[in-house]
Amino acid sequence: MIRATRVEKRYGRKWALRAVTFELVRNDFLLLTGANGSGKTTLLRIVAGLAAPTRGALDVAAERGDLGYLGHEPLLYRNLTALENLELFGRLYRVPERRERAGMLLERFGLWEARGERVAAYSRGMTQRLALCRALLHDPSLLVLDEPFTALDEAGAALLDRELQELAGRRTVLLATHDPERVSALATRQLALA
Amino acid sequence: MIGYLADVSALARKDLRLELRAKDTLPAMLLFVLATLVVFHFALPAGTRDDAAYGLLWIAIVFTALLGLARAWSPENEAGALDGLVLAPCDRSAIWLGKTLATLTFLAVAELVALPAFALFFAPLDAAAVAGVLLASLGICVVGSLFAAMAAVSRGREVILPLLLLPLSIPLVVGGVGASISPESGKYLLFLGLYDAVFAILSWASFEYVVTE
Repeated sequence: MIRATRVEKRYGRKWALRAVTFELVRNDFLLLTGANGSGKTTLLRIVAGLAAPTRGALDVAAERGDLGYLGHEPLLYRNLTALENLELFGRLYRVPERRERAGMLLERFGLWEARGERVAAYSRGMTQRLALCRALLHDPSLLVLDEPFTALDEAGAALLDRELQELAGRRTVLLATHDPERVSALATRQLALA
Repeated sequence: MIGYLADVSALARKDLRLELRAKDTLPAMLLFVLATLVVFHFALPAGTRDDAAYGLLWIAIVFTALLGLARAWSPENEAGALDGLVLAPCDRSAIWLGKTLATLTFLAVAELVALPAFALFFAPLDAAAVAGVLLASLGICVVGSLFAAMAAVSRGREVILPLLLLPLSIPLVVGGVGASISPESGKYLLFLGLYDAVFAILSWASFEYVVTE
């Protein structure tokens, strides 16, 4: 599903990522760890296609619309409501019956009551839940999740735990976290960036 | 093709909806264009020829467009929404076209106010002058949406957009003024149409490379 060979990324004079090699088969669950600045986010952005490696080779066997990405930013419009955001991205991601799918996800992540509120009025945790809904909206076969537990309260984190348990073994997942114990039981592979 | 147009329509409607809610861009454009024309009205000496006044109209239009374009990609920058659009399987040029149409709508609304104000303060506008304004506005938005996207993903965005857009808007100003004052206005309108067509194709084809590394 993914084959990375000595992938490196440089921003200006600074190397953000040095010689990363790994391979994932379909439905693997990769747990990505490392200290701040070790290049986790850079690697995930490269895998998602949002950045190009400076050196090395990366093959990702997933179409552009078959990848769900959760980054440090929610990738949402702050002055649209939750439902409007999901409907817009659902249309662009070619989601069949997108309104129903959006409603189902909003319900699952506890946001149904707040579906008509603008994202700007959401708390950080609610925004993160909505960002997860957006990443899962088109039911992608490859999920790239960068610190998905950030800002989630216990209830939100439990919802995400449950979601990840359902996805493990059914979808290919790359997940970067500073709390590896939380998901280590689900991971089929681990990669620690230095 | 229908899917492409539906994507463009959804993206443009999203921008109009965002503007109706946030009112970030259009009020600023309206205020700017009116204030500029009022200042020019008092700054221009009495008895100045109409030709000079038409030049001032174009200064007001170009800088009003610049004001709108500088804010055009702000909603995409606020919470990383542009990455969400780039990752979507839709044709990326639809993102540019949606933004161009939305920006053109804002500029057209500003001109709906600016042109009568110009006729009131300075000189009447005939059909050729109005057609020149419309064609030049299209050209400014076509090129400007692309450059505004380049600026939005770069450092120093406030400097980059005018630096790129102003030199390329000079032919539009020449064409627009020519359409307003020349007896051969058709020639200038044809030039503006050609400019729009060439730069629309270039912008459409190159947008993908602007938003991806």
